[in-house]
Amino acid sequence: MSAIFKDDATGQQIRAAWWSSRLAIYGALILWAFVCLFPIYWTLTTSFKLAPDVMRGNMIPFMDYTPKWKGWESLGLSPRLIGDVSTVREEFLKRFWNSTIIALSASTLAVVLGSLAAYGLSRFSYRFGFMKNSDISFFFLSQMILPPVVLALPFLVLYRSLDLLDSRIGLILLYTLMVLPIVIWIMRDQFQGIPVELEEAALVDGLGIWGAFLQIVLPIALPGMVAAFILSLVLCWNEYFFAALLSSTNATTLPVMVASQTGSQGINWWSMAALSSAAILPLITVAIFLEKYIVEGMAAGAVK
Amino acid sequence: MSTEGDLLHAVTADDISGMRKRLGRAVVWGTGLLVLALATLQFSHEIGRIAFGFDTWRPVLYAYLLWATALCFAQVIVNGEKGKRALFVLPAALFVISLVVFPLLFALYISFTDWNLASLNGAQPNGWDNMRQMWADAFYWNALKNMVYYVAAISVEYVIAFGLALLLNAQIRARKFFRVVFLLPLMLSPVAVSWMIGKSMLEVRFGPVSRLVREMGFEPSFFGTPEMARFMIMAMDAWTFIPFMMIMLLAGLQALPREVIEASKVDGASGWQSFKEVIFPLMLPVSVTAVVIRIIFKLKLADIIINVTSGGPGGATDSVTSFIFREYRDRSNVGYGTLLAMVYLVLIIIFITALLKLVSRWMERPA
Repeated sequence: MSAIFKDDATGQQIRAAWWSSRLAIYGALILWAFVCLFPIYWTLTTSFKLAPDVMRGNMIPFMDYTPKWKGWESLGLSPRLIGDVSTVREEFLKRFWNSTIIALSASTLAVVLGSLAAYGLSRFSYRFGFMKNSDISFFFLSQMILPPVVLALPFLVLYRSLDLLDSRIGLILLYTLMVLPIVIWIMRDQFQGIPVELEEAALVDGLGIWGAFLQIVLPIALPGMVAAFILSLVLCWNEYFFAALLSSTNATTLPVMVASQTGSQGINWWSMAALSSAAILPLITVAIFLEKYIVEGMAAGAVK
Repeated sequence: MSTEGDLLHAVTADDISGMRKRLGRAVVWGTGLLVLALATLQFSHEIGRIAFGFDTWRPVLYAYLLWATALCFAQVIVNGEKGKRALFVLPAALFVISLVVFPLLFALYISFTDWNLASLNGAQPNGWDNMRQMWADAFYWNALKNMVYYVAAISVEYVIAFGLALLLNAQIRARKFFRVVFLLPLMLSPVAVSWMIGKSMLEVRFGPVSRLVREMGFEPSFFGTPEMARFMIMAMDAWTFIPFMMIMLLAGLQALPREVIEASKVDGASGWQSFKEVIFPLMLPVSVTAVVIRIIFKLKLADIIINVTSGGPGGATDSVTSFIFREYRDRSNVGYGTLLAMVYLVLIIIFITALLKLVSRWMERPA
């Protein structure tokens, strides 16, 4: 019968419907991929353009225009200048280094503090005064709604009297505070997924509660910790508000440097593009290679 | 999910000598008194009572850290096994309390002073003056009104994010590639985005978007009129944060029970029907979580506005945070700015609490 070959009228109709739905799905996917990628493509290519290329609106390197290192030279990062001493590069590397140290230490601190707290809250029952476990959890998570602007000015004054203004330590503490609720949220979910029997067995075998936590639970929860760490890293690396208020010369991070350049000297397209590219490239690399963990971390809170 | 009750229950035989208990208490009180003594000393030095003192409050901070460490150790010394459990939560709790509660109390004090960093005579309490000034400040109310618009824009973001999550959940090739690409905007710092899109792609003369608009026969002006400028800010913010909601919704879609959807197909539901009757209702809890978290993030919106429009034209794009940022940056008005921030905090708490109450009643389950 022709029904086997599916080339009668109804069969063809179904096939046409299937093809058009495929077309719509891939069309939408490619359209949105274009929306996501074009600004990044534009920034990367602009960093290799000269003024006339920008004005003529050339888009495709090697076809429309010849790429030049001018933008990267303004950061002291081009094949020609890489060997020389360059004050701009020093400046840029200092900011880059600040960003790296601050983001890494704040995330580490937050993951350590947050994991401990999340583990305790998911295993034992506490009473601090009138606060029970659910109240303590709520206390931690409620920090998420605290807008940074409320803390900014008191911290400015506080840090000034503590001599922490414009120091990395000051920013690290604040960033840790900022990401701690998110870490606790993710990690609580992780620990609740680990059966208590594992620790009970460890306790029977003679480990203390800290021993059981460090030797049994922690290795199992490691993927979750990595996810929490990377999410914190992204948030800390991109933070601008506190950095702009609380740092001036020594501890300024990359976002502050990018922002300060946009204000002055009109717009110097190629150098701005190079600077922006340098600021976003580390995280783009992270996203491409560690996408699994980022997705895992964000999914952890969503699906209970 | 139960957070109450001892999940990991262990019977411990602690017998702690009175000596050990006294030692633990002595350590806490000793270091605590040291903090107090140093703080008093420094305070009287600052107000000029005594000449001896330190240049900064740093030593008090060190003493405080010492006290915090002593408190943690004393838990074990005094309570034994029970103290070791408290040690899990105590560091984080101390950290948050010292970094949130003290500054908030301090902020409450500042917000009722006329403190301007540019003036020399420091903070003078001025009663309700700041409150009256706020009441008459049209720009602050305007910023609050803008926040309503910005939060309302989340509904559109939600629809787009849900669509993208459905697309990624469909039977497609190169799913991983698309997932990575869709995630990328979330990785970019808002400051970089405000240059990449706000200042270069939307630049009126040479930006590629302006070129496209001109090709289509319009005159590009993205930040000229208030409505247009506000829309552009919303669009840029949406561009960075849509992946966030998308990932959460995608996780929800992947956790849906397959059988239910297949059953609806067997019953003859069309694609749209099975979405409306089965998928969407099942996704409601995840959707609510995603939207609530997105609202929380949206209420902090500032970086893009500060860097692209700095509130202009005429305050049309100002968010509360960017408005207070300029109040401080341009006018050094610490007292007034802090009051505005505190009022904002109170409004946020009321709003979020009401929202959560409403949601949990609507979904008829405890949030």
